Amino acid sequence: MYKFYETSFKNQPPTFREKLQNLSMAYILIILILASLGVVMLYSAANGSWHPWALQQLLRFGLGLCVMLTLALIDVRFFMRYAYVFYFVTLGLLIAVEIGGHIGMGAQRWINLGFIKLQPSELMKIALVLALARYFHSSSLQNIESIKGIIAPILMVMFPAFLVLTQPDLGTALMLIFTAGAMFFAIGVQLWKFGIVLLGGLISLPIVWKLLHEYQQNRVLTFLNPERDPLGAGYHIIQSKIALGAGGMFGKGFLKGTQSHLNFLPEKHTDFIFTMLSEEFGMIGAVFVVLLNVLLIAYSFGFALRSANYFGKLAAIGLATNYFLYVMINISMVLGLIPVVGVPLPLISYGGTVILSVMAGFGIILSVNINRNINIGKE
Amino acid sequence: MNRDNDKGKVLISRSLILGGVQLFLLLLLIFRLYYLQVYQADKYKMLADENRISTRLLVPPRGRIYDRNGELLATNRQNFQAMMVAEQTPNVQATLDAFKKIMPLSEAEEERIKKDLKKNRSFVPVKIKDNLSWEEVARIQLNAPDLPGIIIDEGLSRDYPVGKEAAHVIGYVSSVSENDVKDDPLLEVPGFKIGKAGIEKLFEKKLRGRGGNLKLEVNAFGRVMKEIEREDGIPGDRIDLTIDARLQKKAYELFGEESGAAILLDVNSGEILAFVSVPAYDPNLLTQGLSVQDWTELNENERKPLMNKAVSGQYSPGSTFKMVVALAALESGVITPQSRSFCAGKMFLGNHAFHCWKEGGHGYIDVVQALQHSCDIFFYETAQKLGINKIAEMARRFGMGQVVDIGLENEKAGLIPDTDWKLRRFGEPWQTGESLISGIGQGYILTTPIQLATMTARIANGGYEVTPTFIPAGDDRPELKKLPVSSENVALVKRGMFDVVNVPGGTAFGSRFDYKGMKMAGKTGTTQVRRITMKERQSGIVRQEDLPWKYRNHALFVGYAPQENPRYAVVVLVEHGRGGSAVAAPIGGKLLLEALKLEQQPLKAKD
Repeated sequence: MYKFYETSFKNQPPTFREKLQNLSMAYILIILILASLGVVMLYSAANGSWHPWALQQLLRFGLGLCVMLTLALIDVRFFMRYAYVFYFVTLGLLIAVEIGGHIGMGAQRWINLGFIKLQPSELMKIALVLALARYFHSSSLQNIESIKGIIAPILMVMFPAFLVLTQPDLGTALMLIFTAGAMFFAIGVQLWKFGIVLLGGLISLPIVWKLLHEYQQNRVLTFLNPERDPLGAGYHIIQSKIALGAGGMFGKGFLKGTQSHLNFLPEKHTDFIFTMLSEEFGMIGAVFVVLLNVLLIAYSFGFALRSANYFGKLAAIGLATNYFLYVMINISMVLGLIPVVGVPLPLISYGGTVILSVMAGFGIILSVNINRNINIGKE
Repeated sequence: MNRDNDKGKVLISRSLILGGVQLFLLLLLIFRLYYLQVYQADKYKMLADENRISTRLLVPPRGRIYDRNGELLATNRQNFQAMMVAEQTPNVQATLDAFKKIMPLSEAEEERIKKDLKKNRSFVPVKIKDNLSWEEVARIQLNAPDLPGIIIDEGLSRDYPVGKEAAHVIGYVSSVSENDVKDDPLLEVPGFKIGKAGIEKLFEKKLRGRGGNLKLEVNAFGRVMKEIEREDGIPGDRIDLTIDARLQKKAYELFGEESGAAILLDVNSGEILAFVSVPAYDPNLLTQGLSVQDWTELNENERKPLMNKAVSGQYSPGSTFKMVVALAALESGVITPQSRSFCAGKMFLGNHAFHCWKEGGHGYIDVVQALQHSCDIFFYETAQKLGINKIAEMARRFGMGQVVDIGLENEKAGLIPDTDWKLRRFGEPWQTGESLISGIGQGYILTTPIQLATMTARIANGGYEVTPTFIPAGDDRPELKKLPVSSENVALVKRGMFDVVNVPGGTAFGSRFDYKGMKMAGKTGTTQVRRITMKERQSGIVRQEDLPWKYRNHALFVGYAPQENPRYAVVVLVEHGRGGSAVAAPIGGKLLLEALKLEQQPLKAKD
């Protein structure tokens, strides 16, 4: 018997067979259930058809599964070794997209790889976590608690966050900042420093408000009062709440959601898919999805705590928090708790990049768990 | 090393806090779900139904209107419309062009179609052309392969088989205007039409019926997905009128090119069998909607086809008023059946000369002869002795000076003057000369044809208070009230009226008939529209035919038949018809004869 937060030290890498044995089947099962629910909902969103979303999503999930398993079987030290390289390459891609977007027509957020549109901002969510994990892995607590020691990681966050913000993609920028913030907190940065940043943020709020695009300002204003624009931006929130409420405890039944099938609910296959699920399967279905996500995040934290190395712990915590933010922001948004910021529900919403990015994240978390006993020096 | 140990401990405790916060936030979502999906479920279920259920009113078929013999006067006809559903055609313009090859569309129509197409969602049918004939429908269906997106839609539209001839009785229906009282949601239905005149307006509520409800499931764009519930409405009631379509048609035709009004009614029940105002409008055109040009033409026509002359036209009754004067004089004892007056062709009141229509005069005549020849001097003298107030009193008893109230819009009260009225109106006392000209139905006196019809019927039935109506009395007809006039005096006046038609020298002798022993009685009238000047009298009267139409005299005839136990009374007014004997009496005679003949004919089977 072991206490889950205790770690035993062993320094030889597990064999391939050991790796396979150590793959957390429960973890993969939860992911499979969530992804299947996504495909089922996309089938319903198309009024009971595999086209145009469900089949496509299934293929993407299959690809994501391959990515996840491949990453899971890679030695965790590999991620650490190439963390900075990965970070700077991704940063380069972000800058390239930024420049390309300015040269080309309007804001372009992706690089077309033919079979998939690669969003560097999505890649950055992983790259930043790995880079920060590597940085904090090597820092002493003294260093972390000093001002000097956190200037570099702050810059590592601010630079990509700023680039993403100017795309403009407020949702992703906030997720990068929150994910990094969670890692700063976990590694032991003093709370008063967060207080200062928060205070600074509040003071600069009017300036940020001015920098926001008009549609973003409208989203915030509409969130504060949906009736302000019942046919425009507020329409989304109002219709989403109606669909949820009309679903009731047990839902209207598969393929029977009137709000979604009669198109009152906008974006039912992407950002508002949770609403559709809740309309058709009721509160029972909705709570089931929330609890599966709670389980998935709890497992991720458990893996983090069991890991013998700081890099693994921090990477798992960062990636788990990143996933948590997706889920939290998306569901809060469709429940009318926060403004509509355009964040999908990973594994369930239709969309290729997000599914690949979270599956890659799960792959790394699995790798952290498989290699939990490896002790990595400070280098 | 010590600090490194701390780093691990801090990381573990901080990770647990972080995980705890995340767990707490996720559980918060469950509370929010409970609030929305259970606590507020009813409210949102209702809102969801409001979203998806669209209630439409079903327009009930309008009640039909029949004549006394079950002949249709107003009905509903299938109205075939060509509609276009934009989403069912690959190219809207190409389909429109193809349609134009089969059936021309005016530029204005095309403009409207394009505007409607732009305004509506692509699955909403837009009207291309309505009131299509069978032949046109067939042509469209034959060319269907070239007309993708064109569908034929069936609706009901109001139809008036009798058309112009009954226009001023039946009226017409038209689109609801801003001024109409919106007391029924049906009035908000696009294209809904309500009665705007005549019986259609009078019985609007009964004819309209009650709308049904259709509950449909619609999507966010308004497209109908399925029918949820249908509750049919109640069709409008049928209305039966006293009108006889055959007599109605006959009356209209008898006018030919003339303008005026004619009414034929049952003297005992008041039931109106024929009621025309000529010229009339075509109610079918008004229901379909007139072009601005047609509307202007109707409005500016000097013969006023939109005016219901039978109730809205006010005319001097002229000599047709003489029966009232004679009755007033006999009742008050100013004259007796035997009294005679001498007519020398003119008489003087002070310096003012009053002329009889007959230049040489009629010599000594009594009241019956005075009616027969329509002697003016006899009635001047009688009116002078009688005074205006007695004349007015008798005129009111016979239905003049107030609205008869048969239910049609714009019915006028006419004018029966008396001394009080003159003082009120002009602040001057009544002049004797004014009594004189009132004695021959001229001066201030104004009557409507429906009032003259009332008067004639009340004389014909021997002095009973009958009131004209379009509604069949049925079996429980109330006993008629006797007017306060003696039957002998009424009989005397009727003898005068009989002689007018049936004794040589009578003013309507030319219009007499004898149908199986049934004869007509009546009285002609010719009223001046302009004063005849002294100069004209000296230089010889200008012939009526030489005057412009609007300066010619009005021609009047009132009559009844048969002479024994009269059943029908008639009034004919021909505007600027020159003379009562020459123009109005023949129309009245033919109409009464037709009514008597139709009594003998078997009716067509009722439906």
